[in-house]
Amino acid sequence: MSIASHLALKEIWRNRSRFLLFSGVIALITLLILFVAALGEGLGAGNREYIEKLNADLLVYQDTAQLQIPGSQLPVSKLREVRNVAGVQSAGPIGFAAVFIPIGDAGDKLNVALIGVEPGLPGAPPAYEGSPLKRRSADECLIDETIADSLDLGPGDQVTIRTVQEGEEEFYTLRVVGITDSRKYGIRPGLFVPYVTWDRIRAQMMAFEGDAELRANVLAVALEVPALAEQVTDLMLSEVRRIAIADLQTAYEKVPGYVEQQSTLTTQQTFALLIGLLVIGGFFQIQTLQKVPQIGMLKALGTPNGTIAAMIMIQILMVTLIGVIIGAAVTLALSLAFPPNIPIIFTPRSVALALATIMLIGPVGGLLSIRYALRVEPLTALGLSN
Amino acid sequence: MQIALRAEQLVKTYGSGDSQVNAVDDVSVDLYQGELVALVGPSGSGKTTLLAMLAGLLRPTSGRILIDDQDLTTMRERDRAAFRKLHIGFAFQANNLVPYLTALENVELMLRLSGQRTAAGRERARELLVRLGLEERIDALPRQLSGGQQQRVAIARSLISQPTLVLADEPTASLDSERAFQVVQTFAQLVHEQNRAGILVTHDLRLVEYVDRVIQMLDGQIERILEAQADLSCLANPERCGRIPMGALGFDGDDCGCPEPEPVV
Repeated sequence: MSIASHLALKEIWRNRSRFLLFSGVIALITLLILFVAALGEGLGAGNREYIEKLNADLLVYQDTAQLQIPGSQLPVSKLREVRNVAGVQSAGPIGFAAVFIPIGDAGDKLNVALIGVEPGLPGAPPAYEGSPLKRRSADECLIDETIADSLDLGPGDQVTIRTVQEGEEEFYTLRVVGITDSRKYGIRPGLFVPYVTWDRIRAQMMAFEGDAELRANVLAVALEVPALAEQVTDLMLSEVRRIAIADLQTAYEKVPGYVEQQSTLTTQQTFALLIGLLVIGGFFQIQTLQKVPQIGMLKALGTPNGTIAAMIMIQILMVTLIGVIIGAAVTLALSLAFPPNIPIIFTPRSVALALATIMLIGPVGGLLSIRYALRVEPLTALGLSN
Repeated sequence: MQIALRAEQLVKTYGSGDSQVNAVDDVSVDLYQGELVALVGPSGSGKTTLLAMLAGLLRPTSGRILIDDQDLTTMRERDRAAFRKLHIGFAFQANNLVPYLTALENVELMLRLSGQRTAAGRERARELLVRLGLEERIDALPRQLSGGQQQRVAIARSLISQPTLVLADEPTASLDSERAFQVVQTFAQLVHEQNRAGILVTHDLRLVEYVDRVIQMLDGQIERILEAQADLSCLANPERCGRIPMGALGFDGDDCGCPEPEPVV
C-alpha cells in the first residue's frame, strides 16, 4: 500500500464517524439527483413513449398546427395521398383523446390516453400478451402494461371508460384483446382502440369541425427506406397540400410542455450537482485548513507534494464513493415502494450518468483543498518562520 | 571523527533596502558523527532560522550546507524533500505526531517514507519505543499519550530511519523538569549510541549537561562555542559552579562575577 493510501485510509478509519456523516450528506445529494433524473426520465417517457416506439419514421400534421398534435386535424383522405407518394411504405391515422377509467364506487379513476389507430397500419402497437387489434370497428382495445398492472386486467377482461358526449357523461365498455408494453402519451398510459371506434367514443365536445369526413390528429408514415426520410419528406410536401412533417424525435419534442418540463428538471439536477460541488469542496477545504500543521509536518519529514495530493484525493474518492453507494441503495429501496402510476423511471443510462457525475464532482470540488494543501509551507505550519 | 554536517558562511537575509535584516549572518560550523550540540540564544538570535536552513526547509541567501558531502543549498525543492526523508530526522516543539496514527505507526511512517519498512525495520521501531519506555503505549493514539510520551515517540521517529543529522527544536518545551531531563537524556544516549549528529535547540540551560558542545547565538551570529566539559557542567549548574556569566549568554540571571571563558570562535 502506498503512503498516500495508508495515511488516507487510516485517517478515514480513525475518524469514521465524521467521514460517515459526510458520506451521509453525499448520499442525500445522490438520492436527490437520482430521483430528479428518474423523474425527468419518467415524465419524459410519459410524454414521448408512444411516439418514440412508433413503428413509423415520420408523422404528418396539418400545416397550421405548428407540429402540435392536439391542434392538428387531418382528413382521412390525406391518408390516400400520402400513401401514393413514392418511398412511402404505409401510413395509418392516429387520434388522441383523454378519458378515464372509473375504479370502484368511491370516485377513484385512472386517467388514460385513448388512442385510435388502424389495425395493422403504422401507429398500431404490437401485443406481447393476447393479440393486437384486428377488427376496424369492434369494441375492443389493447392496453399498455401500466393499465394492466394498475387494474389487474388481462386479455378477455372488460374495461369501462368514461367520456363526455355533447355535455353528457357516457360510459363505454371495451373488451381487452391484448397487452402491449408501456406506451404513454401526455403522462397517461395508452389504451388503444380501432380508429373508427375511437371516433365514435371520443369526447364529442372535441369533435373536429365539419364532421362529414373522419379526421385524425396525425398520420404515422413508414418508409420503404428510412435513410431516405429527407428526400421522401420533400417529395411528400410537394405532392400533398397543407401538411407538415416531422421525424419522431421532433414530434415528441413538440409535445406541449415536453421541452419546458425537461429543461426544468435539468436545471434542478444542475443545481443539485452545484450544491454537491460546493458541499464537497467546502468540507474538504475546512478539513485541510484544520490539518495545516499536520501537512506542514509531513512535508518537513520529506513527504512529496504528490503524496499529499494523492492522500486528499483518495479520501475524496472514498467518501464520495461510500456516499454514492449508500445513496443509490436507499434510492433503490425507496423506488421499489412507489406505486406504478408515479412517473419515476430508473434507466441504466440515466442512473450511470448521474452516478458518474457525482463521482466526478467530488474530485472537482476537492481541487481547491488540494491546491491549498500543496501551498502549505512547512516552516509556517511548524511555527519555524520568522 | 567524521564530519556529518558542514555549514559554511551561511547568511539569511530578510527584507530589502533599509529594512534589510540578516537573521543569520556569516555562520560557519561543523558537526561530527556521534556528537550532540545544543543551540542556545535569546529570542531573535537566529537559532530557529539556522535550524530551518540546516533542515533544508529554508534556502540560505548565501553560503553552503553539506550533509553527507551533498550540498543542500543547490538542490531543488523536490530533491531537498527527498534528501530530508533519508538524511535528516526531526523532533519539533509541537504538532509532532500524525494524530490518527498510533505511536508505532508514527514511527513506522518514517520507515515508509524512506523506503525502509522491512520486517527488521518494524522490529527496530518497536525496540526503539520499548527503549524509550513506551512498551505499554505502542498502540496508543497521540491523544491518548501524555506530552512527554508524545515527545518520546517523536524522538523515536526522528532516529528510526538512521539519518545522518537529527534536529530537535525545543522538544522539552511543554514538559515538566523531570520529564524534560528524561527525554533529553534518552535523546543524547541514542544520538551517541547510534553515532548520529544531533542539534538540540533549547532555552533550558540545565539540559546542556547531556550535550557535547553548546553554540551560543546572538544577533544572527555565533557568539561563542563552549565545548569543555567543565564549562558545560557549569552552564548547567551555575549556582554550584559560579563560573559561567549567564547574562553573557543572553539569558536572564545575574552575572556571577567570574571571568568569562575564552571564546572558541
